[in-house]
Amino acid sequence: MENVNIKINGLAVSAPAGSTILDAARLAGIRIPTLCFMKEINEIGACRMCVVEVKGARSLVTACVYPVNEGMEVFTNTPRVIESRKKTMQLLLSNHNRSCLSCVRSGACEFQTMAVELGIEDEGYYDGDKTPSVIDDSAVHMYRDNSKCILCRRCTAVCEATQGIACIGANHRGFKTDIGSPFEMPLADTTCIHCGQCIAVCPTGALSERDDTAKVIAALNDPSKTVVVQTAPSVRAGLGEEFGYPIGTNVDGKMVAALRRIGFDQVFNTDWGADLTIMEEANELIERVTKGGVLPMFTSCSPGWVKFCENYFPDLTEHLSSCKSPAQMQGAMIKSYWAQKKGIDPKDIVMVDVMPCTAKKFECTRDDQDANGVPDVDISITTRELAKLIKGFAIDFTILPDEKFDDPFGIGSGAGTIFGATGGVMEAALRTAVETITGAELPKLEFDDVRGTKGIKTASYEVGGMTVKVCVASGLSNAREVMEKVRNGEMNDYQFIEIMACPGGCVNGGGQPRQPGYVRDTVDIRALRAKVLYDMDNSESLRKSHDNPCIKAVYDEYLGKPGGEKAHHLLHTSYVKREINNYTSD
Amino acid sequence: MACKMKNVPFKGTPEQEAALKVVIAELKDEKGSLMPIMQKAQDIYGYLPIEVQCIIANETGIPLEKIYGIATFYAQFALQPKGQYQISVCLGTACYVKGSGDVFNKLSEELGIGAGECTPDGKFSLESCRCVGACGLAPVVMINDAVYGRLTPDMVPEILAKY
Repeated sequence: MENVNIKINGLAVSAPAGSTILDAARLAGIRIPTLCFMKEINEIGACRMCVVEVKGARSLVTACVYPVNEGMEVFTNTPRVIESRKKTMQLLLSNHNRSCLSCVRSGACEFQTMAVELGIEDEGYYDGDKTPSVIDDSAVHMYRDNSKCILCRRCTAVCEATQGIACIGANHRGFKTDIGSPFEMPLADTTCIHCGQCIAVCPTGALSERDDTAKVIAALNDPSKTVVVQTAPSVRAGLGEEFGYPIGTNVDGKMVAALRRIGFDQVFNTDWGADLTIMEEANELIERVTKGGVLPMFTSCSPGWVKFCENYFPDLTEHLSSCKSPAQMQGAMIKSYWAQKKGIDPKDIVMVDVMPCTAKKFECTRDDQDANGVPDVDISITTRELAKLIKGFAIDFTILPDEKFDDPFGIGSGAGTIFGATGGVMEAALRTAVETITGAELPKLEFDDVRGTKGIKTASYEVGGMTVKVCVASGLSNAREVMEKVRNGEMNDYQFIEIMACPGGCVNGGGQPRQPGYVRDTVDIRALRAKVLYDMDNSESLRKSHDNPCIKAVYDEYLGKPGGEKAHHLLHTSYVKREINNYTSD
Repeated sequence: MACKMKNVPFKGTPEQEAALKVVIAELKDEKGSLMPIMQKAQDIYGYLPIEVQCIIANETGIPLEKIYGIATFYAQFALQPKGQYQISVCLGTACYVKGSGDVFNKLSEELGIGAGECTPDGKFSLESCRCVGACGLAPVVMINDAVYGRLTPDMVPEILAKY
């Protein structure tokens, strides 16, 4: 494409024709502050924080949507620009609940940072009426406080564009505009699938996960309870960001050390649960293929995806693998196998999982997730909540030693580790399924076609004289595209489909540390965090779930065989067919 | 599942639903057809309760929230039906300085509904208007076509009792 030559602050910049001023400025390393903007997701020019002066233009223009022209001269920091941004900020602040000291976002709030950067001195200058608002804490996974909302619409854009759901949107008009659900119904009653992507992109403290850290602390202080924690693969790839490490830093060892210092009795690795999932899921797939079960089979470890399928494709829930997610499986094993070994009543075990996911808070409350008569997982917290706990316990994370997970559920294979990235579950399952079917060792363990952050990936493999076709999708708009094809019979020759609700998979889950908009636009967070997992897998000698010695031991000693009666009772679940858009006035 | 917003019970008929579905089938593949569909739906039902918005959502595949967002943005869309007796209180300048605001509040209190709402029995709906051209009678209230002038709040119960 042709390039256009412009000047920004006197600096010559060449940018592809059709670029916006913001694109061109970013190319040249010039930062223009943005609030509402999210590349390709929310390009609405609404907040007016990105205004710049263009020579010859009558008024200031919004850099995020204004296209560049040959010879254009742009100024990003003139007194007029700064004055305008300050005024906009003051107006936003006039309708903002400024209880910043006690706000969940304080210190890491994009909005607050921007106010500080602009040097706002009188935040209450335009104070007057405030838009009436109520707090919505109806859904199990999140908390919405519209008094802190600045109506940037990032949340509604990600819900609609990325996830294809739109259970939230802007309602009413003018000063009364607020973000909410249809007919002001509580979020819990909507089609929300609990993915938390709205929380991840909110620039203020308006959206946050439901904070369950108090429950964890209460459990830790109850002497009658054995408090066991497990951490998902993606947590170690994201947690460091909360403590100043660059995106894509592996903090595996320090995370384990921190969990011990918080006081958990046992620190286990959900990578082990992922290996167990693979044993069951690969077995289920082979059974379905050889015995004529419903195909293609869908993965079931992403609870946001599972609810999406139940909501929008209730006719396809038979395609979902009956396997519980790794965390739930591991919880069920801890409260049965491990509890018996240790002589602990499962009622006295508090199972905490640390997840990159807000939908896990929903999953652990679902029916048929309580194999031992008690919930498989009692409390599910996000990576962000773990960071909060670490900070609250005054643990200096950066100087912690590297420690190892406890046995027996501390060992996970590389296959279990890559579960956190889109395509990871597929690759892990293929490693086990192919070796099980052919009985021979794979010469190469990497299934490159299913790797990478592309929204929809397909691949086809020759396995023991049979063609196996697989598809991997992440982000629910992409999932919807695949599901429509399944519904229309266009994927009948596929055997296995992996879906993760969040774009890029769990590494980019709704419970992961939040990164400001300009970082999300300019850095591929998904790829950087996924690299942590693939690097770990690469450096492991144990890279296949079925080779995990602790998995073998559990089947030998306790479960019998994959898909056996005991395994079925503990490790599998059921789904419901949900009805959407079926509301009545009374 | 019941909608939390208090509403008048829905009395839509199968004929109305069939008419709406015909409209949607005609329009839904056109770009930007949601507004005309919603307008036609309001023509058919008189307002856009959750049941009607759900039909539109299910038939078009457009998320319910998108429809609700539009319905609450534009003043032309009503979420509540009009009552058998439509009360409109003039809040224009002359009536307002003569105390029509108090009359409005009294009506609201007596009926238990706010502006743009309808009583659950479907009898009365309440709204405000701007000048009916009878400033000499201020403050003025209209109930359907009947005009009541020079009102005070304590006259409200007596007037309502007539209906």
